[in-house]
Amino acid sequence: MHELSIAQSLVELVSDHAAREGADRVRTVHVRLGELSGFRRALYFCFDRVANGTICEHARLAIEDVPLTVRCDHCDEVKRPGARYNFRCPTCGMPTPKVVTGREMQVTAIELDFDAPRASQAVKRRNGSATLAKVG
Amino acid sequence: MCSVCGCGEGEVRIDGTAADDHHHNGHGSAQHHHHNHHHAHHADGTLDLDFRNEITHEHDPGSEDGGSGSRLLRIEQDILAKNDGFAAGNRERLNAAGVLALNLVSSPGAGKTTLLTATIAALGGGARVAVIEGDQETANDAERIRETGVPAVQINTGRGCHLDAHMIAHALDGLTLAEGGVLFIENVGNLVCPAAFDLGEHHKVAILSITEGEDKPLKYPDMFAASDLMILNKIDLLPYVDFDAESCVDYARRVNPDIQILRLSSRSGEGMAAWLAWLRDAQRRSGAGSPDVARVANHA
Repeated sequence: MHELSIAQSLVELVSDHAAREGADRVRTVHVRLGELSGFRRALYFCFDRVANGTICEHARLAIEDVPLTVRCDHCDEVKRPGARYNFRCPTCGMPTPKVVTGREMQVTAIELDFDAPRASQAVKRRNGSATLAKVG
Repeated sequence: MCSVCGCGEGEVRIDGTAADDHHHNGHGSAQHHHHNHHHAHHADGTLDLDFRNEITHEHDPGSEDGGSGSRLLRIEQDILAKNDGFAAGNRERLNAAGVLALNLVSSPGAGKTTLLTATIAALGGGARVAVIEGDQETANDAERIRETGVPAVQINTGRGCHLDAHMIAHALDGLTLAEGGVLFIENVGNLVCPAAFDLGEHHKVAILSITEGEDKPLKYPDMFAASDLMILNKIDLLPYVDFDAESCVDYARRVNPDIQILRLSSRSGEGMAAWLAWLRDAQRRSGAGSPDVARVANHA
């Protein structure tokens, strides 16, 4: 169930940005998901349902997977544990509570469609902290 | 106007039982996203919140096709940024009030409410404790807490499987937080979903009753990974059930090497002194020292 809330947060966040930029549609939503976030499949199912009827409708979800890595203080190295939930160093067997990567759950970029040239101008004027790059 | 999200609290009637519907546009959302939640202020000053119909949408029809260009907008923002924003606000508010907040998570029936009533009893009548109760339906748990003389707000989530920081922000409006007090947030009984949502608490405390089996930390690792303390509850039943406590501790530490573990029985009182001592230490760490907890814990 909470996947629905997370998908909803994602759609709201992206829609806010798209509206602020004066976009007509969202073409692609790029997200970065750590292995521990564990809702990759659920997000695929929920996203379309939640996006339906919003500016994100028909948007493609592009997921970048981030593997789980942990820091072993004993070996003084970043390691990839053998299992998702066994925070022990695969080499020396010591506990490795420090997660380096794998908890990510971020939107990294959105590709926006603009129908009218006027909208594009508005985007240039409003371009604040976010970075815009022409892609099409 | 409500300081949390700008919804009009003036529309809420204070008449003992009735609640008023109100909705407001979803925090600057581009869509017409409406939050419909009830605020029920009771005559005795208690507050119940109903989020059962919160997630509804009305949408504009989409624009016609025929785009003249695409642009890539780089964002780098957490998906739960909105929840985390509310959580940060809650934490700031709790710290300013000098209140330690704990988010109690467990499966249904693990003994959260009984642990709370036993803790309130152990702390004595004058303790500065407040409780937020989360359940899909009913105000049964809040009523159990109110019977002890401690203020409680009940949040009903309806189909929702977890509390979120926005709900807590509203609930905090209905509670007077006393300096040096403790706020217990009893989450919806669910070992999965509440793990993902920061409420602004200082610690998540996972409660696992021994009748549930020792392998729960492996089966539901997210919850035990997110918690700072695991309470093995109903430990008085140990002679009657096949529960391997050593394995359970080992499993919990596999998913969270830093987790602290207490064995407790709300019924027999075993482990209660250690729990009160943990509370006192948590208060010290959070900077919210409570004379009530310190007094009782030091003599327990």
